[in-house]
Amino acid sequence: MAEVVLSGVSKAFGKTEAVRDVSMTVSDGSFVVLLGPTGAGKTTTLRLIAGLEAPDAGTVTIGGTTVNGTSPAERNVAMVFQQYSLYPHLTVRENLEFPLKSPMLKTPQAEIDRKIAEVAKVLRIGHKLDNKSTQLSGGEMQRVSIGRALVREPAIFLMDEPLSSLDAKLRSELRIELKRIQSQLGATVLYVTHDQIEAMTMATHVGVLDEGRLVQFGTPRDIYENPVSTYVASRLGLPRINLLPVAMFPGGPERAATIGLRPEQIEQGEGKDATVVRVEHLGDQMRLHLELEGQAITTLADPHQDYEAGDTVKIRPRDPLYFDTNGQRI
Amino acid sequence: MAQIVINNLRKEFGAFTAVQSSSFTIEDGEFFMLLGPSGCGKTTTLRMIAGLELPTSGQILLDGQDVAQMRASARDIAFVFQMFALYPHMNVRKNISYPLVSQGVSRAQVRERVQEVARILDIESILDRPVGGLSSGDRQRVALGRAIVRRPKAFLMDEPLGALDAEFRERMAEELRALHDRMGATTVYVTHDQLEAMQMGDKIVVMNHGVVEQFGTPQDIYDWPATMFVADFIGSPPMNFLRFDGEVRPGTDSVRLNGVDVPVPVQAGEAGGKLALGVRPEHVAIDDASPVRGNVLATEYLGTTQIITVETQNGEIKVRAPSSQIVGVDSQVGLTFRQKALTLFDTESGKAVLSDANRGVLSHG
Repeated sequence: MAEVVLSGVSKAFGKTEAVRDVSMTVSDGSFVVLLGPTGAGKTTTLRLIAGLEAPDAGTVTIGGTTVNGTSPAERNVAMVFQQYSLYPHLTVRENLEFPLKSPMLKTPQAEIDRKIAEVAKVLRIGHKLDNKSTQLSGGEMQRVSIGRALVREPAIFLMDEPLSSLDAKLRSELRIELKRIQSQLGATVLYVTHDQIEAMTMATHVGVLDEGRLVQFGTPRDIYENPVSTYVASRLGLPRINLLPVAMFPGGPERAATIGLRPEQIEQGEGKDATVVRVEHLGDQMRLHLELEGQAITTLADPHQDYEAGDTVKIRPRDPLYFDTNGQRI
Repeated sequence: MAQIVINNLRKEFGAFTAVQSSSFTIEDGEFFMLLGPSGCGKTTTLRMIAGLELPTSGQILLDGQDVAQMRASARDIAFVFQMFALYPHMNVRKNISYPLVSQGVSRAQVRERVQEVARILDIESILDRPVGGLSSGDRQRVALGRAIVRRPKAFLMDEPLGALDAEFRERMAEELRALHDRMGATTVYVTHDQLEAMQMGDKIVVMNHGVVEQFGTPQDIYDWPATMFVADFIGSPPMNFLRFDGEVRPGTDSVRLNGVDVPVPVQAGEAGGKLALGVRPEHVAIDDASPVRGNVLATEYLGTTQIITVETQNGEIKVRAPSSQIVGVDSQVGLTFRQKALTLFDTESGKAVLSDANRGVLSHG
C-alpha cells in the first residue's frame, strides 16, 4: 500500500471546471471518502488518480513517485465500480485469478492459489469459489469484484460508489464488511459516494467537494462538529442541520447571518413556541417537523412521546453554529 | 378517493407462487407502503391492484366493488412509473394535459385542471417551458402532475425515488408526503427501503417470499415485530437476536442467558428449544456492573449517536449509544436490556412469542 498525494490538481472539460486546484493527502492505510452531490468532482478526482484522465495542472504522486503521464496499468491502482463487471462464463475462482494471469505479471500458479485462498477467506466466499459468477447474489457478486481488486495488492483502491446499486439491507452489511476488509489488510482506499452514512461510518477522513473544490478535509467527527461552512454542515447529519436567520434567536456574534441547529442543538421545553406540522415515527427516533415564524425546523424526540400535528413545542438553541452572510463559519 | 380491500389475493406464474393469499385493507386517504426485499411479491401485488396483472384468485375491492378481473383502464387508478417518463417534444402544459386530452375532456376544463394541478405542485411558472431544460426535481413534479390531473381514485407508485441520489431522494420523499397531506389521495407505494417506508407511510405491509409477514403502523411494526424477518428487515441496524436454549410458558418473566437471569415482559404464549431474545440497538445500554458480558468489536460514528458492536456468547449485539460515550475497541463491557421493550422469538417458526407487551399489537395485527 502507499500514500497518494494530489497537489494543485485541476481538470476542465471544455468550459466546465470539474476539479479546481485540489490538494489532498491520502495517507498509507487510510480510508478517505470523497463526499458531495452529483457534479461536485468526486469521480473526476478518482479518475485523475487512476490515470483515466490527465490533469490540466498539478501533480499526482503515488508512493512518492509522480505519476503524471503514466498509463493506468503502470500506476498499480485497482478500481471498483458501481456496476460489478464479472465475466459471466467464468467461475468465481477464475474471475479472481484473472488479474493475476495477465501476461505482464506471470504469477506462478502456487502463488495464485495462495492469494485466492487468502482473499476468499477475507471476503467469506470460500464456499462459492467453484460457482459460476452468474449463480451469485448481488452482494456476493460485488464482493467478488472487490476480491478481484484485492488479489492484485495495488498501491491504492479507488472505489466509485461500489454499494449504490445494492438494496438498503445489503448496503449496510457490505459497509461494515468493506471497513473490516480494509482495516484487516491495512489497505489504502479512496472512496467516492454521495451517501453520508457511508462517509461517516467507513471513513478515517472525509473530503467534502463543492463544485470541484475541496472545501474541507478531516475526520468524520471534525466535519460533523466543526463544519467550515453551511455547505459542509448540510452534507452530514440526518435530519439535516436547520439553517435559520440569526434574528430568530438573537445573541450570536456580530457578523452572524445564519444560525445552524442540529437536532441535538435544539433544547425542548423552554424558549419559543413552535408548531408541530408533522410527526414521523422512525422507530428508534421520532422526527418532528416544526414551524416557527414561517421557518421549517426539523428535530428529534423520544419515539414514545405523544406529539401530534398542531401541538406546540417550546424550543431554544444550545451551543449553535453561526455562519456569516457568505455561509462561512464564524 | 377510495378504500382498497385486498382479500386472499394470490398470484401464480406457472409453478412459482409470487403472492400467497394476502389480505389487508388500505383505508381511504392513507399513504400505504408495500415493503420487502426484491422478489417478495410487492410489485406483483401493486400490479394486480393496478390491473396490469390478473390475480390467480382473490378479491380487490375498490370502494366496495370487486375489480380484480377488470381491465386497468376501467379501474380509475393512476400508476406512477419511473417518474421521469415525460414526452420530450412537448412542453410542461402539454405533458400534464395529455391524459385529459386523450380522454376527450373539453378544452376549457383541461385548462382549468392543469392550472389547479400546477398550483398544487408549485410549477405554475414553468408551464410553458419545454421539459428538456428542467431540473430533475421539476421533471419529477411534472410527471406527478400528469398522474394527479386525472383525479384518480388512488395513486400507485413503484419505487418512484429509487433512481435518485440520496440528498434529492430525501427532499422528494418529503415533498411527496406533503403533497399527499394536501390532497388526501389514497396512495399505495412500493419500496425496498425500510427507512423510506417508516418515514412516509401511515401503514406498512411487510412482505417476504410472497407472504404478508406483518401489517400495521410504522411504530407498531418497529416496536413489536411479528416475526424475526420483520425484526431484521426494519431498523438500521436491525433488531439484535441473542440466541439461547430455553423454555417459556404463560407467566414467564425472565430468561436465563449463560447463567444470568434477564427480565423480560410477562409472557402469554409458549415456546421451547432454540429461542432468541430480540432487542433493538437503542434498548441496550453499556453498563459495566451488568453480568451480561461482551467484547467490543467496533464502533461506528454517526454524528449524534454511535453504533457499538459487541460480541457476546449469544451472538453479536449492536448498541446505539450517544457519541459522547467513550468505549474502546477490544474492551470488555457489561450490557443491560430495557425489559419492557424485549421480544422473544421461536427460531424454528421465526414467530414472536406473545407477551403482555406485544399482545395488543399482534393479536389483531
